[in-house]
Amino acid sequence: MGKYILKRILIAIPVLIGITVIDYTIMCLAGSPLEMLQGPRVSEAAVEAKRIALGLDQPVLVQYFVWLGELLQGNMGYSMKSFQPVSSMIGSHIGPTLLLMGVSLLVSLLLAVPAGIYSAIRQYSKGDYAVVTASFLGSSVPGFFLSLLLIYLFTVKLGWLPSSGMTTLGTQGGAADVAKHMVMPVTVLAFSMAGSNIRYIRSAMLEILQQDYLRTARAKGIGRFLVINKHALRNALVPIITVIGMEIPMLFGGAVIIEQVFSWPGLGLMTMSAISNRDFPVIMGVCLLSAIVVLMANLVTDILYALVDPTIQLD
Amino acid sequence: MMLREIDRKFYGEGTAAIPAEAGIRRKFGKNDGGRGPKSDISSESYLQTVIRRFKRHHLAAVSLIVLAVIVGAAILAPVIAPYDPNDIAGPFAEGPSKEFWLGTDQIGRDVLSRLLYATRISLLVGVMATLISTGIGVLLGLVAGYFGGVADMIIMRFTDMVMSFPYILLVLVAAAVFKPGMWNIILILGFVDWPGIARLVRGNVLSLRETNFVKGNIVAGMPLRHILFSEILPNTVAPILVYATSVLALSILDEAALSFLGQGVQPPTSSLGNMLNGAQSLTVLTTQPWLWIPPGLLIVVVVMAINFIGDALRDALDPNSGR
Repeated sequence: MGKYILKRILIAIPVLIGITVIDYTIMCLAGSPLEMLQGPRVSEAAVEAKRIALGLDQPVLVQYFVWLGELLQGNMGYSMKSFQPVSSMIGSHIGPTLLLMGVSLLVSLLLAVPAGIYSAIRQYSKGDYAVVTASFLGSSVPGFFLSLLLIYLFTVKLGWLPSSGMTTLGTQGGAADVAKHMVMPVTVLAFSMAGSNIRYIRSAMLEILQQDYLRTARAKGIGRFLVINKHALRNALVPIITVIGMEIPMLFGGAVIIEQVFSWPGLGLMTMSAISNRDFPVIMGVCLLSAIVVLMANLVTDILYALVDPTIQLD
Repeated sequence: MMLREIDRKFYGEGTAAIPAEAGIRRKFGKNDGGRGPKSDISSESYLQTVIRRFKRHHLAAVSLIVLAVIVGAAILAPVIAPYDPNDIAGPFAEGPSKEFWLGTDQIGRDVLSRLLYATRISLLVGVMATLISTGIGVLLGLVAGYFGGVADMIIMRFTDMVMSFPYILLVLVAAAVFKPGMWNIILILGFVDWPGIARLVRGNVLSLRETNFVKGNIVAGMPLRHILFSEILPNTVAPILVYATSVLALSILDEAALSFLGQGVQPPTSSLGNMLNGAQSLTVLTTQPWLWIPPGLLIVVVVMAINFIGDALRDALDPNSGR
């Protein structure tokens, strides 16, 4: 097992380096961040001084290696807009994103696992038909449109829920206030995640239900309830882990649009403003972080497979 | 939008090209005209089988009709649109009336006409992006799967890289870099969406390469081009087609999201996404729902229809479904 993990990490390293290269190439094509500074009030000399201060006078390759070298020492650079260290910017924005995404993931699983299993057990029934149709709706509705509809209904028409931010301005906040702000973004995210999860869990469960060991269990006469909830459900853990593993990467980046619509003060909102300001170091930092998370999630998923299903051999 | 990663993994991994039972299947007997499994399959051509199986999915059949109507309206937009989409035709921001079925926008343009043209643009972006990404994916998948070795390793590592990028970030950054606009959006989506197809094709080629008919071709000294494009490719068309429908649905959603954020198709050209852009302002959201609800609903209908059709195709094209 240890050997396998080591091997996977070693494979991940060139992929990560490749990602930083792609990142940097796109950034260079983006144009200079100095364009944002230029204006009638800024002199040529000042722009030139800034260029040297930011190291932009160096060749691109040198700039890249300088950045990479700093990174290895734990320094992700400084924002070109706010001059804060990128790591502390990410640190202060990651909490709200993790909270939002964690809760959404949980809600979507609470919806998708029972619905998927129900749907598989009652295959071809009216209920199954309804669940699958609803899941298609979930994966077909654009998140931003659903957000707008919810805001229109619950904020504008009914006035029940706040539509932006994480806490009410001018108050201390508190858990209840945050929860109230979370209802709509979580609903939107969970709905769209649940859409494809339901179909995934359903088809995985259908496959499990056809297995010989379930036929044996049924033949023993231990009853439908035990067969499904003990024998089948335990084996359904593998697809459920797959679903979680696939969704963790979305913690980073997936919520960009939803955070934008609801002004949720997370990584997504920060990234959007960094993109419009061409704040290279911040964008690079976020991309790198999310790439690491994606690779880690894949690795953890594979390890978990082996833990829940002893027949899977890792090598 | 964020379903992208899931769909990619769901459909793209491994050699099992068509995950069976991914959608609704009906029991035979009731709705397949009394035919049992494998009844007169021998007298039926493959196409007939596919059509018969497809028709069993009532929702997909309805979706096909709905989509045909929408596509028809989009293509005929210049003919059937009551006004020029960019002309100021009436009063500012007026609700639906007899003269303007869906009302007018803030500067007096007819919303229905804009909606028709927007559908045209959104469908065009979706179809073009899908064609590009399918082309790239098929080509890379064929090369990686057939030649193996170093080519395979390089292509697959590159695929890994593109896939471990948070999809939406990549698209947003790219859209910010290359001046937003319709053709750039098409290119960006096209160049980002291919990894799933590449993996799918590679997996299928790996197993097809071991079949006797391909080995026979190699022994007979057939040219490489013939083996790749006339022998292997036709045998993997069905899963590609199914996967492409999901890419099409996702491309349309992505274009909408990008344009909604103002990073996609730029006004005055209308797209389904940028028609919703205005709804970020509170006045439009609260007092002029006719401006943003129709384009939003249209996106939902189009994407859902495509998804249903894709699901039915998956079922209908599956040679192992045995029904």
